[in-house]
Amino acid sequence: MATSNAFAGADLELIDIRKDFPGFTALDDMDLHIPAGQFFALLGPSGCGKTTTLRIVAGLETPTQGQVMLGGKDITAAKPHERPINTVFQSYALFPHMTVLDNVAFGLRQRKVADAQKLAVDALNLVELGHLADRRPQQLSGGQQQRVALARALVNRPSLLLLDEPLGALDLKLRRQMQIELKAIQLEVGLTFLHVTHDQEEAMDMADIVAVMNKGRIEQMGAPEVLYDRPKTVFVSKFLGQSNLFVGDIVEKNASSVSIEVGGNKITVDKKRAEKHTGKIAIGVRPEKADFHEKKPKLGADHIVIGPGEIIDIRFTGVSNQYLIDIPNVGEITVFAQNIGKSPEVALGAQVYVSWKVEHSYGLADLPSGIEEA
Amino acid sequence: MAFAAFGGGAPAKDNSTKRKGGPIVLALILPGLIYLGLFFMTPLVSLLVTALESPDPSGAIGAYFYDLNFGNFATVLTDYMPQILRSFGYAFAATVFALAISYPLAYFIGVKLRTSPLIQRLMLTLVIAPFFISFLLRTIAWKQLLSDDSGFVSLLHSLHILAPSQFFLGSDAAVIFGLTYNFIPFMTLPLFTNLERLDTRLLEAASDLYASPNKVFRKVTLPLSMPGIISGTLLTFIPIAGDYVNASRDFLGSSKTSMIGTMVEADFLQNWNYPSASALSVLLMGLILVMVTVYVRRSGTEDLL
Repeated sequence: MATSNAFAGADLELIDIRKDFPGFTALDDMDLHIPAGQFFALLGPSGCGKTTTLRIVAGLETPTQGQVMLGGKDITAAKPHERPINTVFQSYALFPHMTVLDNVAFGLRQRKVADAQKLAVDALNLVELGHLADRRPQQLSGGQQQRVALARALVNRPSLLLLDEPLGALDLKLRRQMQIELKAIQLEVGLTFLHVTHDQEEAMDMADIVAVMNKGRIEQMGAPEVLYDRPKTVFVSKFLGQSNLFVGDIVEKNASSVSIEVGGNKITVDKKRAEKHTGKIAIGVRPEKADFHEKKPKLGADHIVIGPGEIIDIRFTGVSNQYLIDIPNVGEITVFAQNIGKSPEVALGAQVYVSWKVEHSYGLADLPSGIEEA
Repeated sequence: MAFAAFGGGAPAKDNSTKRKGGPIVLALILPGLIYLGLFFMTPLVSLLVTALESPDPSGAIGAYFYDLNFGNFATVLTDYMPQILRSFGYAFAATVFALAISYPLAYFIGVKLRTSPLIQRLMLTLVIAPFFISFLLRTIAWKQLLSDDSGFVSLLHSLHILAPSQFFLGSDAAVIFGLTYNFIPFMTLPLFTNLERLDTRLLEAASDLYASPNKVFRKVTLPLSMPGIISGTLLTFIPIAGDYVNASRDFLGSSKTSMIGTMVEADFLQNWNYPSASALSVLLMGLILVMVTVYVRRSGTEDLL
């Protein structure tokens, strides 16, 4: 039995995991490696298989095929209670018939750890709930219950801590505060965290590495900045932030870049920032990387300029304005402009040109759904 | 008089209490109060009065006069001690057996069959199905099935569990069997109602926190199902302690298996000893009341309710 009290995180490896449920496949050829001590986020829409992945790691589901390795040991066949892994459940799953303190001490007592009581008190103090030790979980607020669930898992110093959308039920302000606390605790205790979420901001903000999942597969994995700057598929470019996408046949190609033609405009991407260099491809740019101008700007070859188009919507969101610009034969483009007094003041219906630097374009490996490869 | 005070007091109070004690509420409560008065309080008082009567000086059988003869309780306590002990012994054994059989059954139906609601309802119907036939008929049927020339008894003979001169009917085991059988649904249904609502995510959380399946059951499932166990055991123990059918020699018992209920029946209907029967009934009621109070207090389930 894996009762050894692991004080350092262990690395997790999923090898070729597949999980079939009656009627559908939740996970398909899933490979994943999480280095020890990392804060790793699995990000995806509901139904993408991220919770199934978590449950397989916890031992609550058995994979149809594949292996789960923890710290180099195969734990695929180990029962949940034999794994040095703890979970903070989405529903918290606190035991209603025990006090808060007994909830936190539960795991320690099962492993017959000496000083279970004292360690549990310390863990409760860590999440600043020491004064509520004698209460019942149902007497606490949602945020407090969440912290009890976190303390109950952390107190065991597991090799791997699983977080199943634990912040989903909290309101925005409390969630923000818990994100900061959670990250601080992870840095402090140095455990490996696997965090499952559908909240892209939460994932990017907290995780060292983010894996974006879609339809039972990992679409792309990497540091949040890399993922955001250089999405490789249409799904990732749209799920992680917003994207303006342009689809067209390649009309020009040189040593360092490729260009497509869309509605009479030339859109260029660096070769090393493009997944595909032949045929019909999709090129994207983030809304905040694009600018718009009332007159056609005179910019060099390192810029892309398209237009003119009509501003059909302006949204004020506080720090920035979001402009929706309809360019004939190209489509609608979103541009974010920070409200720092540098953007031109324009009204609805104004004709503008849109520009961005070539180095901010990214070329995707696939095409948006509904567009046929020629 | 109580109603007059109730009605008279209402108009003086403020709006909210007037609505609470309005004539509609009174009309709704009244049938229940009349029912309780006629069919609960009247027999209870009559039973207490009868329990204190003394035999008529004329010595006529079945003739008694009103008295405060508390000695009746001492007499029945000493005379019927074996039956009192046997009643509670049987009730305890049958309750334990019923729990042991019902818990896994209720768990299976309430938790394991959640994913297939159709089979779940079907199983539940099967649990209730025996109620469609009178329990007297079912107990008579068991008497036939377990009779001295039945295959069951031949089997016990051939396995040398029973000596050739021994039979099953009329034994303690036969009565406990009958009691267990007849009261199993009363145990299963409250357990099912409780286990149906058991949050299985808590079981997953416990196994995630290093509890083996055995520990998960003892530390989480069992404590959470205590309210079901309490109501189930009360619903079986109380009526079993007062049962007089299974232990009767007309059904599964013999003269050596008589319970309190058997003696109450005999005193009322055969010996015409009404004070003795009444005193025994009151005693049974008192003993059960004390036991149930201690049981509910000690199990400490109020936390879960």
